[in-house]
Amino acid sequence: MRAHAHIGRWLGLGGLSAVLLFGCRPSPSGPDGAAEPIRVGEFASMTGKEAAFGQSSHKGTLLAIEEINAAGGVLGRPLHLITEDNQSKPGESATVVRKLISRERVVAVLGEVASGRSLEAAPICQQSRIPMISPSSTNPKVTEMGDCIFRVCFLDSFQGAALARFARQTLQSTRVAILSDAAAPYSVGLAAFFRERFLAGAGQVVAEQKYSSGDKDFKAQLTAIRAAQPEAIFVPGYYTEVGLIALQARQLGISVPLFGGDGWEAPELIQIAGTALEGNYYSTHFAPEVESTVAQNFVQKFTAKYGAAPDAIAALGYDSALLLADAIRRAGAAEGAPLRDAIASTRDFSGASGLTTIDPQRNARKSAVMITIRDGRFCYVQTITPEEALRNEPSPGP
Amino acid sequence: MMPGRRFLLLLGAVAAGSVLSLQSHRINPYFLDVAVTVAINVILAVSLNLINGYTGQFSLGHAGFMAIGAYIAASTTMFWAPGLLPAASSPGFIGMAVFPAALLAGGLAAGLAGILVGAPSLRLKGDYLAIVTLGFGEIIRVIFRNLESVGGALGLNGIPACTNLFWTISMAALTIYAVTSMVHSTYGRGFTAVQDDEIAAEAIGINTTRYKITAFVVGAFFAGIAGGLYGHFKLSIDPRGFDFMKSIEIALMVILGGMGNTVGVIIAAILLTLLPELLRPVAEYRMMLYSFLLILLMLTCPQGLFQPRFFRRLLSPFLRGSAAPAEDPPRPA
Repeated sequence: MRAHAHIGRWLGLGGLSAVLLFGCRPSPSGPDGAAEPIRVGEFASMTGKEAAFGQSSHKGTLLAIEEINAAGGVLGRPLHLITEDNQSKPGESATVVRKLISRERVVAVLGEVASGRSLEAAPICQQSRIPMISPSSTNPKVTEMGDCIFRVCFLDSFQGAALARFARQTLQSTRVAILSDAAAPYSVGLAAFFRERFLAGAGQVVAEQKYSSGDKDFKAQLTAIRAAQPEAIFVPGYYTEVGLIALQARQLGISVPLFGGDGWEAPELIQIAGTALEGNYYSTHFAPEVESTVAQNFVQKFTAKYGAAPDAIAALGYDSALLLADAIRRAGAAEGAPLRDAIASTRDFSGASGLTTIDPQRNARKSAVMITIRDGRFCYVQTITPEEALRNEPSPGP
Repeated sequence: MMPGRRFLLLLGAVAAGSVLSLQSHRINPYFLDVAVTVAINVILAVSLNLINGYTGQFSLGHAGFMAIGAYIAASTTMFWAPGLLPAASSPGFIGMAVFPAALLAGGLAAGLAGILVGAPSLRLKGDYLAIVTLGFGEIIRVIFRNLESVGGALGLNGIPACTNLFWTISMAALTIYAVTSMVHSTYGRGFTAVQDDEIAAEAIGINTTRYKITAFVVGAFFAGIAGGLYGHFKLSIDPRGFDFMKSIEIALMVILGGMGNTVGVIIAAILLTLLPELLRPVAEYRMMLYSFLLILLMLTCPQGLFQPRFFRRLLSPFLRGSAAPAEDPPRPA
């Protein structure tokens, strides 16, 4: 027992050093100069499983901040972006957001791509009443966490409506089959929203089949769908499975178009599917071909800086920072309630991903773009505005 | 150490916890976050040390026990308590009365799962047991991922913020108290006996089965409490947060601290929690540097971080008179 006689002493020493370490107050940061920077926090999955998304979003945000500063900043003050990595790990976001708010004293927080990570940070931002803008978390729950939580991307409920309209109007289909991923909440949700709007538009869902993320063989489901003779097949999954589904559908002689949501968006989609996806469609947030000056400026600068064309997540990251800067400018102050109110009252803000209006539920009302695959490349087809997608009338039809 | 002194230390820690907790509004929330995380990791590491270190049963399922505690405790404060006592759903009441009950429920549920895992450990040893416990942890995680009533893949959000410094420090002190009291009691010598030589222990009449299951149940119980504290602190739990990487993290603290060395494990838990935070300024290279430091620590201190003799010699000028350091027998690692 003697060997452990020191436990108490060490606990004492440990407690003392903990008090010394944690008891000291942070020194107020930043000089009191005229152009003191406005501190903006960002938390992102810079490393770990979702690093591809996190990096992409961060590149867009960084580009926007640099652009704003090159133009003289906001209210005569430059923006200072402080980025923290959450390693794509649950539990980390809460810590880094607390750090951003209490140590770095940021005026607003930008992040995250993954809805799960955004949901962790949201209650902490809400508690401190620091506005948080999520660039691309599409789960409805995120903005329900409180009146300081916003997003600049559309919701899956809107995406489902836009796709229903596209199927009915552009594809001229009345008979659609659905093949969804039962293991992904995103896919299940999008399928449900689509079904509701498509049925409301006097469409008919002739077959519904399910698979699980990671499946490799879809022939059983596709054979059942073929028997129902649909005019189009809705596949609201992720690109990993969608590529294989397209290949196997063509092998089974199914020639009707396939269409899906933003889960399709990845260069790997074409690598997996080869030519099988030619002439098929998906909806997303942004297309490099959109002919607005903001979008073209963004594409040009992004390509010059990073050597690759931006994707939708980069565009949304870019827009989240621009929208924040715009709100600071309109509020005339970079803090507290005026800033929150300015973000909440954003109307027809013009960003790289189109016009964004923040609705009373703090979600973005904005357009979706439809993309088709032609000659192994993603090509812009059309834009579906919220007004078009949510118009509640049975489609005229031929 | 006399049991009385150990108990006084426990009371002291609880008192310190309540004082710090009352003053917590003065502490920067980020530091508070780190301090609470440190205390939760101390609970996890010390409780795993009972299984892995003292009893020598290599378990990689600690995150699974933690997940059970986190989900059961969160369900208690969020659904069951307001359902049973609709009148008593004020935040104050939940924080004062429901929360301790929720922690206890989470701990007991995890302890029950400890029996389930302890039972196969009778047949398996070493790597085989590690694989079984790893499988158990993954099963738990997948079950919670598929339970829509607790949020499914998206996780459980909107958990009330009940965890404070008082609860975490008290629970950490209680864990340390319980584990050290247990292994240093006459009964508890059996844990070390099982670890040293199972056949010899059995030959002298020690019921090794009972010791192994006891270790799993007690270890799991405290892991469940740590889970409950974690959920009510992060306010959101995600099944992916309890994957086997989390178990490895905890096992790392035990190995680095020195198997069966409570003080070393506590120091390792503190160090391994603070290190990633201190390394934040180097951004993307953080985890690389962290891993490098781990390799370095493992190479320089293979016997564990805390070696009483070395520290005692270092501190002997300050400690003279209070103890007789030179007489202590060296402890086997």
